[in-house]
Amino acid sequence: MTRYARDVAIIAFAQTDHQRRSDELSEVEMVMPVLHQVLRRTGLRTGDIGFTCSGSSDYLAGRAFSFTMALDGVGAWPPISESHVEMDGAWALYEAWVKILTGAADTALVYAYGKSSPGEVRDVLSRQLDPYYTAPLWPDSVALAALQAQALIDAGHTDERELAAIGARSRADAAANPYAQLAGAVPRGDMVVGPLHRGDCPPIGDGAAAVLLAAGDRARELCERPAWIRGMDHRIEAHGLGVRDLTDSPSTRLAAERAGAFERPVDTAELHAPFTSQEVVLRRSLDLDSRVRVNPSGGALSANPVMAAGLIRLGEAAALIHRGESDRALAHATSGPCLQQNLVAVLEGDSHG
Amino acid sequence: MAEEPVAVVGIGQTRHRAARRDVSLAGLVREAALRALADAELTWADIDAVVIGKAPDFFEGVMMPELYLADALGAVGKPMLRVHTAGSVGGSTALVAADLIAARVHTTVLTLAFEKQSESNAMWGLSLPVPFQQPLLAGAGGFFAPHIRAYMRRTGAPDTIGALVAYKDRRNALRNPYAHLHEHGITLAKVQESPMLWDPIRYSETCPSSDGACAMILADRAGAARAPRPAAWVHGGAMRSEPTLFAGKDFVSPRAGKDCAAAVYRQARITDPRREIDVVEMYVPFSWYEPMWLENLGFAAEGEGWKLTESGVTELDGDLPVNPSGGVLSANPIGASGMIRFAEAALQVRGQAGEHQIDGARRALGHAYGGGSQFFAMWLVGSEPPTT
Amino acid sequence: MPQPLRAPLVVEFPFTRSLGPVQSAFLTGLRERTVLGVRTADGRILVPPVEYDPVTADELRELAEVAATGTVTTWAWNPAPRRGQPLATPFAWVLVRLDGADTALLHALDAPGPGAVRTGLRVTVRWAAERTGSITDIACFEPYEGESDPYEGEPDPYERERVPYEHEHEPRPRTAGGHDGRFDDPVTGIVAPARLDYDYSPGRAQSRYLHALAERRTVGERCPSCRKVYVPPRGACPTCGVATAEQIEVGPRGTVTTYCVVNIKAKNLDIAVPYVYAHIALDGADLALHARIGGIPYDQVRMGLRVEPVWTASSRYPDHYRPSGEPDADYEVYKELL
Repeated sequence: MTRYARDVAIIAFAQTDHQRRSDELSEVEMVMPVLHQVLRRTGLRTGDIGFTCSGSSDYLAGRAFSFTMALDGVGAWPPISESHVEMDGAWALYEAWVKILTGAADTALVYAYGKSSPGEVRDVLSRQLDPYYTAPLWPDSVALAALQAQALIDAGHTDERELAAIGARSRADAAANPYAQLAGAVPRGDMVVGPLHRGDCPPIGDGAAAVLLAAGDRARELCERPAWIRGMDHRIEAHGLGVRDLTDSPSTRLAAERAGAFERPVDTAELHAPFTSQEVVLRRSLDLDSRVRVNPSGGALSANPVMAAGLIRLGEAAALIHRGESDRALAHATSGPCLQQNLVAVLEGDSHG
Repeated sequence: MAEEPVAVVGIGQTRHRAARRDVSLAGLVREAALRALADAELTWADIDAVVIGKAPDFFEGVMMPELYLADALGAVGKPMLRVHTAGSVGGSTALVAADLIAARVHTTVLTLAFEKQSESNAMWGLSLPVPFQQPLLAGAGGFFAPHIRAYMRRTGAPDTIGALVAYKDRRNALRNPYAHLHEHGITLAKVQESPMLWDPIRYSETCPSSDGACAMILADRAGAARAPRPAAWVHGGAMRSEPTLFAGKDFVSPRAGKDCAAAVYRQARITDPRREIDVVEMYVPFSWYEPMWLENLGFAAEGEGWKLTESGVTELDGDLPVNPSGGVLSANPIGASGMIRFAEAALQVRGQAGEHQIDGARRALGHAYGGGSQFFAMWLVGSEPPTT
Repeated sequence: MPQPLRAPLVVEFPFTRSLGPVQSAFLTGLRERTVLGVRTADGRILVPPVEYDPVTADELRELAEVAATGTVTTWAWNPAPRRGQPLATPFAWVLVRLDGADTALLHALDAPGPGAVRTGLRVTVRWAAERTGSITDIACFEPYEGESDPYEGEPDPYERERVPYEHEHEPRPRTAGGHDGRFDDPVTGIVAPARLDYDYSPGRAQSRYLHALAERRTVGERCPSCRKVYVPPRGACPTCGVATAEQIEVGPRGTVTTYCVVNIKAKNLDIAVPYVYAHIALDGADLALHARIGGIPYDQVRMGLRVEPVWTASSRYPDHYRPSGEPDADYEVYKELL
């Protein structure tokens, strides 16, 4: 069945109530409750965990080595086998998955957090751009997404009405998601950077998420219906926006191929599309038709804690499988300007009965 | 199914310098990567994935610079991971790359770590004016010096030991064409007479600030068989972390370091590291960390590490040479420093270390750690494949 | 519970960036009102010129001049310019494929309103009056009424600029200008100032600690599990991974557990050297904090010295610690608290 050395599953997922600000909480104070939740759900303790990996960004925090203090929430004593990626937590999950595949660990704790409230996240993200030609112009993240949106419109792949509908559907679905920051009937709002309006953009906020992974029988023992990782892959594209076709996401398609996403249809997809227009790109790249439920959680348009939002897609997809609401789900995470880097995982539950 | 054995088949580094004004960030990493590819006689097309590491993004002022570096590292269309585990990052990055092969996810991986400190100022990056916090009162060495004093108090080590380490490493660096510092006229007296900056640390006992990159090509067993030069085989690798600050923390000999070494030795079936390991590349940012780590890594009993240094055991011609490359004391592109230790260990067992080659080195330890003595990464490499 | 604290944090630095040959040529060219691209092995011209081929990863070095006029390949209307952006009045972000180039350059377009911008619009560079060799030597683009796109009639710009994963490009003849990218006085580096403003909040535990400090009391928090007292408290017991809440006042006196003598003046500190920087275990605390020692010659400070805080009117923290006059503590008592 699986193409990998071991069967590995997501066995627990927890996230914070995502909020516009969280001044009362330091990062560790924000992260610790979700760590406790995933441990409690499985009855595991820190000492039982084989590997721990996290994702976060110093630039978001405004401080160097910000992740070192978040580790306080784990209780790393006696010392633990642990690593950190300066990436969205989805890639921390990838690293942890690989660790389990090597056989060096049977369980892994993955967490990610981001507080966008302290800084101007639109400007902070501009520091990701090439530092010679692009970053000195301070193009913000909404501006870059808007260039992509316009390219889609010009190419006839979408229009402003469809974009508005994606925003509306996401926030309507988020009404059933108690952790969402933005839910219900949300007006499309003013133009932020045309053609994108407020409603096409993600809310800015703070949040954290944690996931537990386990291999084989350990997963079956700890979780009633594990969300098996049938495939996972990630790919990066060229950095320059002017050398890419912004209407397409070949890296997403390639990652999905490598993850086996096209072998059989999925029933659900959790896509990390912070902007409505990016959902259009991803649907095209993944050949998702109308039979696939997209972002029942409300997606990043309903809560976008930067550095955790990708991990949350994996967690939300797994949670659907845990609850028996999906049998085969695709989860996607992105990083970089205009979907430069993309990760795709295919999760499955064992058949009922 | 057992893990796939992991081999180092290519190694490249830049000539580390205070400032590489002739290259961009991309040009810097590219230089190390190309040298590693050339060493392995591979091309970009042979690489399945890229794993990159560096210390805080503020050092170069580029957030997640791997996004911009993807093109230069031939990563377009491939998986690319970015590791950041503070000072241990160069080691952790190599271990993450090795796991990709051990897990049989990929067969050939480029791993690279870098820092271009001349783009900013590391002390600025380390001491951003975070509100409400007490400003750092003592500069870089002020963080380490009290721990060194604690070591001296605990062990009764004579205060001459640190200078011996610095003198040795700087002389070793003269044999390493990639080292940043080449102090041709170095003498023990010069080290001992250099200004006392953070008593008990003298100027000559501190690491420089460097621009540099280090790259390795890791491959599976089949890749090693095709490699044009001898491979270094990974016999053990581990990361261990403990909290940065906690009640009862032992900054002199942190438990995470001991546990990490123990895990590596267990994997490599080393029972007597002092006898079974031929050469060590350890992360010594300030001279006194050599005797401290000798104890922490199990090469000497507690309180006895300085005696190995004093008796010349760690010299190039001693029976446990430490940092034949000149170590971090002779080149410190922060994020790359750990990977350089791992790579130098691999060079030794491949017999490719040139003038600082230790004759007959069969097993070498590469060691990296984070400045708060909280993150450790190590690997043990051998000239023969591991027996399973 | 007191209000959580908040204060501005400014992260600002003028980064010094060395360029390498290709970027040096491009930015020097801008200074000289010349736009250069770089030619790939299959004959495409990339503008802005990158050092490494995004498709093949080949090193690129062959520079070729392109026109200062071009065509908008996509755009975005920016009604509210932000700090550092090229124009202070509303403008369009544009990707512009310059005539003679195969790829597009990101910059700003000065236009009266979104109605004046469209994909396919012909634009030209507006040069900055003062040029230093940086991307901002292009002040912005502006609509261009002159001759039409020399490539008009070819497939639409998007199709042309798309970079496929595999080689499928046929080299096309082109009429790029003659400059080869060699300049007498090239720019080899840029200074890239960057400022980000944050609103920092240290969270619950540290806010409580800081509020107590304002009353000159040092209040730690006890771990409910291991009972250790953390000063300063950071919200979690780092070894147990649980929240701390019970407040415990510690000090004010303490013991120097280890120290160093600082002989080198730190850039941002106005403290006369030499001085002693010490780890101090306050009475009742289970780990040491860091502070300066005063009121005693630096060479008389020792491990085990008993000290007390000295406050000044302006400081949030004790300005320094001075000897309390008590006998030195025994090493056995503090050896776990270094």
